Amino acid sequence: MTDNETVVEVDLELFATEVAYALGISRRLAGLFAVPAGDALRLVAALAGEGQLSVLTATLPPGVAAYPAVTTLVPAADWYERQIHDLYGVTAVGHPDLDPLVLPLAPGIAKPCPGSGTETRALTPSTEPLPALVHGEGMFTIPYGPVRSGVFEAIEYVIETPGEDIPRVQTRVHYKHRGVEAAFAGRSTEDGVLVAERVEGVASVAHAIAYCEALEHIAGTDVPVAAQFVRVLHAELERIANHLDSTIRHVEAAGQAVAYARLTLHKERAMRLRARLCGSRFGRGVVVPGGVSGPPPIGDGELLEALDMLERDVRADIKLLMSTPSFLDRLRRTGILPLKFAAARGALGPLGRGSGLTEDVRTSRPYGGYRHLGFSPASREDGDALSRQLVRNEEILTSFHLVRQTVDELESLGDPATGWSVRVEPASGEGIGWAEAPQGEVLYFVQLDDGIPLQVKPRSASFHNLAMFTAAFPKDITTDFAFIEASFGLSIAGVAG
Amino acid sequence: MMPWVMRGLRDGIVTSRYPRRPDGYGLTFRAAVSIRRDDTTVVGTGRAVDAVAAACPTRAITSEVRQARVDRGKCILCGRCVAQRPEDFAFDPDTETAALRRDLLVVPGRNEDPAGLAELREELARRVRAFRRSIHVRHLDCGSDGTEEWEIAALTNPIYDIQRLGVFFTASPRHADLLLVTGAGAAGMLGPLRETYEAMPAPKVVVAVGSDAASGGLFAGTYATRGGIGDEIAVDVFIPGSPPSPFSIMHGILLAIGLLPIDTRAR
Repeated sequence: MTDNETVVEVDLELFATEVAYALGISRRLAGLFAVPAGDALRLVAALAGEGQLSVLTATLPPGVAAYPAVTTLVPAADWYERQIHDLYGVTAVGHPDLDPLVLPLAPGIAKPCPGSGTETRALTPSTEPLPALVHGEGMFTIPYGPVRSGVFEAIEYVIETPGEDIPRVQTRVHYKHRGVEAAFAGRSTEDGVLVAERVEGVASVAHAIAYCEALEHIAGTDVPVAAQFVRVLHAELERIANHLDSTIRHVEAAGQAVAYARLTLHKERAMRLRARLCGSRFGRGVVVPGGVSGPPPIGDGELLEALDMLERDVRADIKLLMSTPSFLDRLRRTGILPLKFAAARGALGPLGRGSGLTEDVRTSRPYGGYRHLGFSPASREDGDALSRQLVRNEEILTSFHLVRQTVDELESLGDPATGWSVRVEPASGEGIGWAEAPQGEVLYFVQLDDGIPLQVKPRSASFHNLAMFTAAFPKDITTDFAFIEASFGLSIAGVAG
Repeated sequence: MMPWVMRGLRDGIVTSRYPRRPDGYGLTFRAAVSIRRDDTTVVGTGRAVDAVAAACPTRAITSEVRQARVDRGKCILCGRCVAQRPEDFAFDPDTETAALRRDLLVVPGRNEDPAGLAELREELARRVRAFRRSIHVRHLDCGSDGTEEWEIAALTNPIYDIQRLGVFFTASPRHADLLLVTGAGAAGMLGPLRETYEAMPAPKVVVAVGSDAASGGLFAGTYATRGGIGDEIAVDVFIPGSPPSPFSIMHGILLAIGLLPIDTRAR
C-alpha cells in the first residue's frame, strides 16, 4: 500500500487478538472488509491512528468458513462481521448476534460473494421476521418501516417498548440492499466513479473522492493542486446541503412550519448553486480519476455573491432557530450517545463530534486540497441531538469559509498546466482512500490489477454509525424517535449496500 | 413566535408558477440527453457513434443504421457521450421529461404508435378523473441511492410548493391515490412494493421516479436488484434522470393526474 499505510499479515486464529491489541495504539476500528482472493478469503481490518491508517490482514484458506470473532474483543466490528457473514457465509465464532443484516437468505442458498465473479445470479431475500429480544409484561413491538410515513429511504426499525420508553430498537437495513459491490464488478475505473457516486447519493462527491483517492494512492498519481481544490469546493457545498437537510428533518419533526419553509428554501438555493457549477445538483461528474472534469465557472464573482447571500440567510435563520425554545426543548438531552461509547465504537462525523470526539479526517488524515487548508473541527460534549445540531451549525459556517478560501486559491492558481486531470497510470496493488463525507469518514478499499479494478469495497459513515443507533435511546420515548433519527443524519443507501 | 412570522415574510413569494407558466430554472437544467440531429450515420459518423455507444456506462445508446438513439430510462446523465461527440449528443435543458410508456423514453422515438398512446392517455384520464384536484401521494423507496428522496422532498419547499396544485403527501398507502416509486428494484422491497400497491384504494396511479426505477441504472444486473420496478407493478408514468430534478418529478406527477396545460401534455 502507500507510505501512510502499514500492512501486517497475521495468523487467522490470532486476528481478533491482534486487532484488539493494535487498537491499544490506534484510535479506532475504521473498517473490516472481506476480500476474495481466488478460493480464499482475506479479512482486512483498517485501523485509524494518529495521522495514518494501518491495516491488519489474515487469510481464510479455501474451505475454511469460520474464524474467532473480532466483535467479542472489539465491539465496533459487530456489523462488519454480520455483513461479511451475509455476503460470504463466513462465521465469526463467538459473535453475539449473527442475525442477517444486509442480506437475509434462506438456509442452503449460496451467498453472493461479491468480488469473486459469482455475483450475478439473482437472489431473493428471505422474509422471516427477526425474533423480539426484550421480554416482559406489557412489552410489545412496533415495526416501523420499510414502508414509512413520509419521504424516507426504506429501512425498518423494530421498536420494542412497554408503551413509552424504548428499551431497544432493532434496525433492519436489508430491504434496499442493491449489491453495490457487485455493481462495481467488471467496470473500468472511470465507470467505477459513477457507481461510487451512487453508493450513497447524497454524499456523491465524498464517495467519488474516496474512490479516486484509493486509485491515485495505488498508482502514485499526483493530482493537480487546482483540481484538488475543485474537489474541496464541491465537497463543502455537499456538506452544507446535507447539514441543512438534517436540520430540516429536525425542524419538520418539531413542527416549525416557517423554519421548515426557510431552511428548505436555503437548501434549494444550495442545490441550485451546485448545479450551476457543474450541471448536477449533487456534484456528479466533477470528480474523475486523476483530477476533475473541469473548473467551476467562478470567474465573474457571481458565485461568491450567491454564496455570501446564502450564508447570510442561513446564519440568520439558524441563529433564530437556536433561540426558539420549542425547538431546543425537543433536542436537548434527547438521544444521548455517551462519549465513552462513541469513543469505543469510533463514532464518525457529526455523531462522534457531538459526543466530544474531535476527529475529522479532513484534519486528522488530510487528503487532497485539505492539506493546504486549515480549520479546527467542531466538537460538543453533551452527546445529545442538540450537540449534533450545534456541530453541524458550526460545520456549515466552516464549509462556507472553506469554499471561499478554495475560490481564492483557484483564482490565484489559474488553470493547471497539466490539465484538470492527469492520467492515472495502470497499476497493480491495493489501497484505501478516504474522505470526510457530511455523515463522517468514507473509506474505499480498492484492489487493482494493471489498472483494472478487481475489488471495490465502499464503507460509508452511515454504515458504521447506524450500528450505534440503538445505544442512543437511554431515556428516550417514542416521540423522540424522529429527532434521534434526524440527528444521526444518515443515508440508508450507504448502510444497506 | 413573532420573529418567525416576520422571517416568513422576508423574501416575499418565491414560488414557481409552473406549470401555468414556464419556469426559467426548469428550462436551463441538464435534464436529459438528446440526439442533436437525425441521420447520424449518413454523414459518415457511424463508427464514431458506435464507439460512444460502447463507452456508455449503462448501454443507453443504440446505434442502428442511419439512426442513433438514447434510452433516457437507462441514461444516468454522466455526459460522456456529450463530451465525446458534442456534434451528435447534447444535454436537453427541458425538464418536461416524463413519459407515459417505457418505450417513449427512447429518443428519437422508434414507434410512437399514436393510436395506442391516445388510448393509453384516455384510459389514464378516465382513471384519474375521480381525483379531481386533490391527490394524495405516497412515496416508496425500492433501492434508490437516496437522491431521489431529496428531490421528491424538495417538492414541498416554497419554490415548488406542490401543495398549491392540490398534491399532498400522505403517510398511509390506504389514503394514497398515487404511488411514487424510486430505486433500482431491490429484491428485498418487491414484497413491500406489491403490498403497498394492493393496500391503495382504486383508482390508483403509479409513477416510477428516476432512471434506476425505469431500468436499474448502474445497478441493473446485480444479484440484489431486478432492473427497475416496471416488471413488478403496472407503471403509468416514467420519469428519467439520475436523479430527476424536482421540476421533472412535478411534470411526471402532473402528467399522471392530467393537470398539465394542453400544450405540454402532448408529448
